Amino acid sequence: MLNQPAFPVGIVGYGAYIPRYRLPGSEISRVWSGGAERSPVKEKAVPGLDEDTATMSIEAARNALARAAIDPTHIRAVWVGSESHPYAVKPTGTIVAEAIGAIPATQAADWQFACKAGTEALQAGMGFVGSGMAAYVLAIGMDTAQGRPGDALEYTAGAGGAAFLLGPAEEAVAVVERSLSYVSDTTDFWRRPATHYPSHAERFSGDPGYFGHVVPAARRMMELVDTAPQDYDHVVVHQPNVKFPVRAMSQLGFTPAQWRAGLLVPEIGNTYAGSALVGLTAILDEAEPGQTILMVSYGSGAGSDAFHIRVTERIREVQGRAPRTWDYIRRRVAIDYALYVRYRGKLAAR
Amino acid sequence: MSVAGAWRTRRQRYALVGEICPDCHRHIFPPRDVCPHCSQPAGPLHTLSGRGEVYSFTRMHHAPKGFEQQRPYAVALVKLDEGPMVTAQLTDVDLQEIHIGMRVEMVTRKLKEEGEEGQILYGYKFRPLMATGD
Ligand SMILES: [Zn+2]
Repeated sequence: MLNQPAFPVGIVGYGAYIPRYRLPGSEISRVWSGGAERSPVKEKAVPGLDEDTATMSIEAARNALARAAIDPTHIRAVWVGSESHPYAVKPTGTIVAEAIGAIPATQAADWQFACKAGTEALQAGMGFVGSGMAAYVLAIGMDTAQGRPGDALEYTAGAGGAAFLLGPAEEAVAVVERSLSYVSDTTDFWRRPATHYPSHAERFSGDPGYFGHVVPAARRMMELVDTAPQDYDHVVVHQPNVKFPVRAMSQLGFTPAQWRAGLLVPEIGNTYAGSALVGLTAILDEAEPGQTILMVSYGSGAGSDAFHIRVTERIREVQGRAPRTWDYIRRRVAIDYALYVRYRGKLAAR
Repeated sequence: MSVAGAWRTRRQRYALVGEICPDCHRHIFPPRDVCPHCSQPAGPLHTLSGRGEVYSFTRMHHAPKGFEQQRPYAVALVKLDEGPMVTAQLTDVDLQEIHIGMRVEMVTRKLKEEGEEGQILYGYKFRPLMATGD
């Protein structure tokens, strides 16, 4: 049958990472609008001076490995989805693979599809494990997003993400029963090579872009597995702000109780390739055996990946083996706009 | 550090990979040919837990070349739980909260960037042991 691997595949370990600094939306509003603008999120996570997508991926990967408790040399692919890879040429995947001891018999590559690069790696990993090519695959979605100073995106462009170790369903803490994709050529948000900040098509990014992919991808998945919104314990979708995911999930027929655990954007901002995935880690941190989860990512350019996930009995054994997502969210140090400008390398003369 | 030098030391820098002496069974870091404790040939590679405590530290307000962007920061002698002592930068920490005996854990971070076009050097640093829910 299509949209599922030949051998059942699941998540055998998961791990989140969120840096400790927070820039409150009120700070951006103070600097750019004299406090008149209302921020779409409470605050966003900001990486420290010594952090990037590679270092953040390493920590998330170590958390996933601690939960899975497998030998890292059995990992057959280390795939990192991001739009903020530290090098334009040279994979982030080899840095992560080396740091966690997954070398040398592993694939190690970087994925690119705006905010859905991470779920793209996750789906490919399912294929790799589910076809018998690999015992384990590490799929990561991680970003240190940058918004142009003064641009609307500056309020939300955050940092963080998650790593998922995929393996045989018998060993899984959550079985990924089905996945599907829904894409079209829609240019709502982009960045050309050698430019630092992304461009976006203001209003266009909503309807044809985000809603035009997230909603039908979710509907197709529910048709495929013959479910209705009320059959899910949790739902998590890509979170560029609070308004978009809440509108999409309401439109689909979900209720706040179903999206509460996975909606992290008010606290950490939009973590791009990490957004839906880090939401999934927060759900798994509190999930109970037998619960079902619907996850739908979104990447500009544009497309969505949808996943139908069932939590297994093993979840309870692993939840406490690594820091939980909320441990990272609570580890918060607020900074002002000046320090943010320095941390994010926005100073012109240095 | 040269590209070749960075490559040779990558494993010990990224993940505190040391050795266990086959004769006296003590932990050795960084890896070397001869055990510093008993002078016998050193043993197989072994990854240290990365946990330890601050043995001594200093706050750096004047940073050496290549590290200016990160100032002010702290450098500590960290006594690992397995025994070896390592010198490393502390990160994710308020300089005033550092104290002797502070529990720390290893993280892999950017040590420095060799200009806009050069390589990025990654390696171990230590941060205060993270509080977790369990
Ligand atoms: Zn010895």
